[in-house]
Amino acid sequence: MTLLLQVQGVTKRFGGLQALTQVTFDLPKGQILGLIGPNGAGKTTLFNTINGVYHPEEGRILFQGKDVTNKMPYHLAKMGMARTHQIVRPLNELSVRENVMVGACFGHENQSLGNAGKIADEVLEFVGISSRTDQLAGSLNVAQKKRLEMARALASHPHLLLLDEVLAGLNPSEIDGMIQMVLDIRAQGITIIMIEHLMKAVMNVSDRIFVLDYGEQIAEGSPNEIANHPKVIEAYLGDPKLAEQLMEDD
Amino acid sequence: MTNWQKHIGIIIPLLVIAGLMLYPTITGKAAARETAFTILKAIALASSLNILLGYTGYVSFGHIVFFGFGGYVGFYLLSSQGMSLWICILAGGVSSGVLAFLLGKAILRLRGAYFALATIGVNEAMRAFINNFDLFGGPTGITLNFKAYLAYGGAAKALEMAFYVVGGLAILAIILSYIIRTSKFGLGLLAIRENEDAAEVMGVFAPDAKTWAYVLSAIIPGMIGVLFFFKNGNVEPHDAFPLHASIELLVMVMLGGQGTVLGPILGAFAYQGMRGYLVTSDFFKDIQLSVSGALLLIIVLFIPAGAVGWLRQRFPILRRVLA
Ligand SMILES: Nc1ncnc2c1ncn2[C@@H]1O[C@H](COP(=O)(O)OP(=O)(O)O)[C@@H](O)[C@H]1O
Ligand SMILES: [Mg+2]
Repeated sequence: MTLLLQVQGVTKRFGGLQALTQVTFDLPKGQILGLIGPNGAGKTTLFNTINGVYHPEEGRILFQGKDVTNKMPYHLAKMGMARTHQIVRPLNELSVRENVMVGACFGHENQSLGNAGKIADEVLEFVGISSRTDQLAGSLNVAQKKRLEMARALASHPHLLLLDEVLAGLNPSEIDGMIQMVLDIRAQGITIIMIEHLMKAVMNVSDRIFVLDYGEQIAEGSPNEIANHPKVIEAYLGDPKLAEQLMEDD
Repeated sequence: MTNWQKHIGIIIPLLVIAGLMLYPTITGKAAARETAFTILKAIALASSLNILLGYTGYVSFGHIVFFGFGGYVGFYLLSSQGMSLWICILAGGVSSGVLAFLLGKAILRLRGAYFALATIGVNEAMRAFINNFDLFGGPTGITLNFKAYLAYGGAAKALEMAFYVVGGLAILAIILSYIIRTSKFGLGLLAIRENEDAAEVMGVFAPDAKTWAYVLSAIIPGMIGVLFFFKNGNVEPHDAFPLHASIELLVMVMLGGQGTVLGPILGAFAYQGMRGYLVTSDFFKDIQLSVSGALLLIIVLFIPAGAVGWLRQRFPILRRVLA
């Protein structure tokens, strides 16, 4: 099993706030890692630290065996890392197609404009917004913008895809569509880390789950192990009874 | 699509330039050439600024510094070293490009208003420097020996030639603008304009891309500067670095439509037309710049996309025609 990503003792502070404390995990190629934890636990910060938006105060990060701790986001993109944003960041005044072409042109495959156009059309078809191709990205609704985030990331044909709450704000049928999409992406051989609030979704698709609370990793394991982990139930859901209920309903 | 339809976005702008270059011959009036020169110069400068302002989204309030600096360097070589005009124009372009490269490394990491303020500072600092720089004549500047025109067939011929050269530079500026607009490099710039952080996450090397955009937006203004001072026969610091000219360029780009090839051309046209009217009217001639300021305010408030942008939004079918 080759390791695509290794996070070793990563600590990130914002002033006095300890957003990540000694976070450590390995991610083998081809897996889906679910990343869960209450609001403000540091999940998005972990993504930002992995893809070079922030640099950790301690620890190091290896991607494809190379130390990338102090690299910039564009270096990591060129190495085959792509991500979506929890708060969508469309390039508003560009068309949907152009948005996706940026991903293909500047990602690790460095595609030409012509090829990027073809890739954009394929990827837009795949995420199901091909009818919006020529619209300005700013005119999409939230669900469509989430798909656009996904399309831009996929257009780079990444080795590692970081998904930050792609299900939030979607209705149940959209959620099912998105989950299927994630599984299809994994089937293409892309490794995924997925931040998600919806327990059912994350339990169903993840090979392993990693739990953060107040910047500390409190548990790691298979979905089954995590679901029955007392620390997780306590930290993540507060009330054990509520936890059981949620797991059944979902 | 046939070939000419694919490139219609550049054909319309080139036709406008061709019309302007023929205009003095058609009307046969001497004043017409002066008017057309001013408009062509404005088109070249505004199209250059558009690379930074319109494509990359960085507002430069001091873009005229490249006109002045490149102009000074080239004009010095022309008047004091007796080099040929062509070499001097190239030298003006190169020196402005180098200046932009160095400046870019220093100030392009600033965003928004901080960058805009820094560009004003650069222009004023450069003016102060040249004012005290003896090689370039300090506050009195440099005057060209009249004999220098002899090499170009006398003063009258030299002025006529300068007119066609400014037309050539305007064409160069537009072609450069169009190539960038339709290239992968240009797509990266547009991505930076829309959201620099998102662009970096998608792999755009923003610091490098911004620096090159800055350099490309500085070269032609430097060349125009040399030509303009050659035509005038002299240069002084306050002619070379007029802050208000930077702001007028901004108005032109915003008025016509930033981020489009055609926009700065229409904007330069409209603005120079308006300015020509204002400075000759008794009522407006002293407050001409205030009118420009008010115009900028109105554009920013009501049609931030400018005329071409507005048309593109209103009539999506025009998007293919109005590049
Ligand atoms: N750029 C920043 N500056 C200061 N504090 C930040 C910054 N980004 C995140 N934080 C703080 O770090 C903590 C973790 O935030 P975040 O990673 O967004 O949590 P999550 O994604 O798990 O909800 C929060 O307390 C948040 O306020
Ligand atoms: Mg978050």
